[in-house]
Amino acid sequence: MSADVMVLVEHRDGAILDTTFELLGKAKSLAAESKGEAVAVLLGSGVAGLAGSLGAAARVIVIDDPAFEAFSPSAYQAALVPVVRDREPTLVLVANSGAGMDVAAGLSAALELPLAAYATEVTMDGGSPRVTCQLYAGKIQATVRFERGRGIATVVAGSFPAEAGAGAGSPMVEAVAATASDGRVRFKRLHRPEAGDVDITRESVLVSVGRGIGDQDNLELIEALAKALGGAVSSSRPIADAGWLPRTRQVGKSGLKVKPKVYLALGISGAPEHLEGMRGAELIIAVNSDARAPIFSVAHYGAVADLLDVVPALTARLGG
Amino acid sequence: MDYVVLLKQVPDLAEDLEIDSAGTGLDREWMSFVASEWDEYALEEALHLRDATGGTVTCLALGVQAGDVDELLATCLARGADRVVRVGSFEQSPDSHSAAGAFAAALDGIPHDLILTGVQAIDDLDGQVGPLLATRRDLPHVSVVTHIAVAADGKTATAHQEYAGGVVGEFELDLPAVLGVQTSREAPRYAPVSRVRQLMKTATIEKADGGGGGSGSGLTIEAMAVPESGATAEMITGNPVAIADRIAAILAERGIGAGAPR
Ligand SMILES: Cc1cc2nc3c(=O)[nH]c(=O)nc-3n(C[C@H](O)[C@H](O)[C@H](O)COP(=O)(O)OP(=O)(O)OC[C@H]3O[C@@H](n4cnc5c(N)ncnc54)[C@H](O)[C@@H]3O)c2cc1C
Ligand SMILES: Nc1ncnc2c1ncn2[C@@H]1O[C@H](COP(=O)(O)O)[C@@H](O)[C@H]1O
Repeated sequence: MSADVMVLVEHRDGAILDTTFELLGKAKSLAAESKGEAVAVLLGSGVAGLAGSLGAAARVIVIDDPAFEAFSPSAYQAALVPVVRDREPTLVLVANSGAGMDVAAGLSAALELPLAAYATEVTMDGGSPRVTCQLYAGKIQATVRFERGRGIATVVAGSFPAEAGAGAGSPMVEAVAATASDGRVRFKRLHRPEAGDVDITRESVLVSVGRGIGDQDNLELIEALAKALGGAVSSSRPIADAGWLPRTRQVGKSGLKVKPKVYLALGISGAPEHLEGMRGAELIIAVNSDARAPIFSVAHYGAVADLLDVVPALTARLGG
Repeated sequence: MDYVVLLKQVPDLAEDLEIDSAGTGLDREWMSFVASEWDEYALEEALHLRDATGGTVTCLALGVQAGDVDELLATCLARGADRVVRVGSFEQSPDSHSAAGAFAAALDGIPHDLILTGVQAIDDLDGQVGPLLATRRDLPHVSVVTHIAVAADGKTATAHQEYAGGVVGEFELDLPAVLGVQTSREAPRYAPVSRVRQLMKTATIEKADGGGGGSGSGLTIEAMAVPESGATAEMITGNPVAIADRIAAILAERGIGAGAPR
């Protein structure tokens, strides 16, 4: 067993994703405590050049192989199993992304390493990790330890600052040959979203609505409020899934990340997947009928109330 | 094509969750349960796929005492599943690693070309069952998928995996495989309560052995807590009009609303 903290690097279109920098910054401070190294593992084809931007790591293990031209859960998992097995890091940090969920759970089962999911904080205690995880859509928090002192954590995006991991540096680059691959899941193509009528990432006021709206017809109330505020309407995922608003209005993990001046969260519970898209807003005001809704833990102002009462009153007050 | 769907019940979040006296788990005494949202999408997808390709849909749930597994499985039949199977016997919903172990054992006796699970469940602390099960059975897997289609020869399937920003990866995978379903093409179909009640009396719920169980999650839960909600938020009280007035004032301070320039 080593005292290293390993980070699985995610990249797309030739650039490292922010979530990787978030993990790297954390890995660096954890490794300093455990007296090990922060080790980044980079898989891809023609990606060796990216290693230079992983300066927060002490070491970058690069597996550069045409087999990893594009992400594939099976190929990544197969290649990572021997790396994690041989290096025996104390902790492996993986972003809780679509790709990360696959690879982390796959590694956990293949290596019999415990996995702590939806992590929002990790500390070192006597050289072994302690992980804080979110459960029940953010309504419960659990603190866990790995029984044998080492394991994997999938981390919710936005849990740590990316700046700490994005610094320059000259990590030791170690090229490693892929000893295994698995072609049973083959990447075909990337679909990119079409631009919507409104670009919610550029709006300074977002009136965002969730399942608490109850009925599609009530959207009119939200539109009227947005108009009175000179803002745009955005939503949580279920509203886009129902087809009530276009997907381009969806805020969150599989939607867009927004940072408006004001974010009004109406009838949105504040699941981790939603929060990661909007917790950076300058001012968050939440209206929810459930006093325990997790949205209130990121909001600056909150009201426990029925949005169907508050919204018309607010629109009227604004002269809308 | 034989489709298998894994389903479970989870605590209903509409009700307040309380921590037990040990401080490391939920107080289950008054808990009510609902079907895990994503599992319903998985079943809906399986039914569509079966109707397109022919074959069967078999629904599997662990035999947990808490909640009502038989009602969950009867609802699957009411929606159009062909077979339902109760796997193993547990006092309460086990951790994901143990669940994956039980399903892995049960699948020995259940034909499966495509296994669909919900992408995640709100109660999983130790990861998602789909990839855990897939790896135990050495099957390929993809999580967070939509747009599932099975090739005419039944040997491969395609699925879309969602990433941030609405970007989607399209994959082809060899069958048998495991997919973690994010949303179904249509909202889950409704099962009339009367039909479910009737099926609970008349339908056959098969039983399968969950094997010896696994080694568990390998996690020690030190503490569970209800996060302090609103610890940082200033809570606005009063009637809806008072709340609206206060919000308007907060916005006006920032030059927003009431004729403020954009
Ligand atoms: C891989 C993955 C990616 C995801 N990506 C996203 C994403 O990008 N964006 C996203 O939002 N979600 C995403 N989700 C889904 C996420 O987990 C939640 O299911 C979702 O955010 C819940 O949306 P909601 O808050 O609108 O609904 P709910 O959780 O159902 O909450 C509704 C809220 O409304 C309140 N309410 C009800 N009636 C009223 C009323 N009259 N007045 C006031 N309040 C009321 C309730 O108290 C409740 O808090 C993703 C999930 C997965 C697994
Ligand atoms: N106890 C269980 N019984 C039935 N299905 C389960 C169980 N645990 C997990 N699953 C399946 O695996 C999916 C992911 O669950 P989880 O790993 O708990 O996030 C669920 O949505 C179900 O499809």
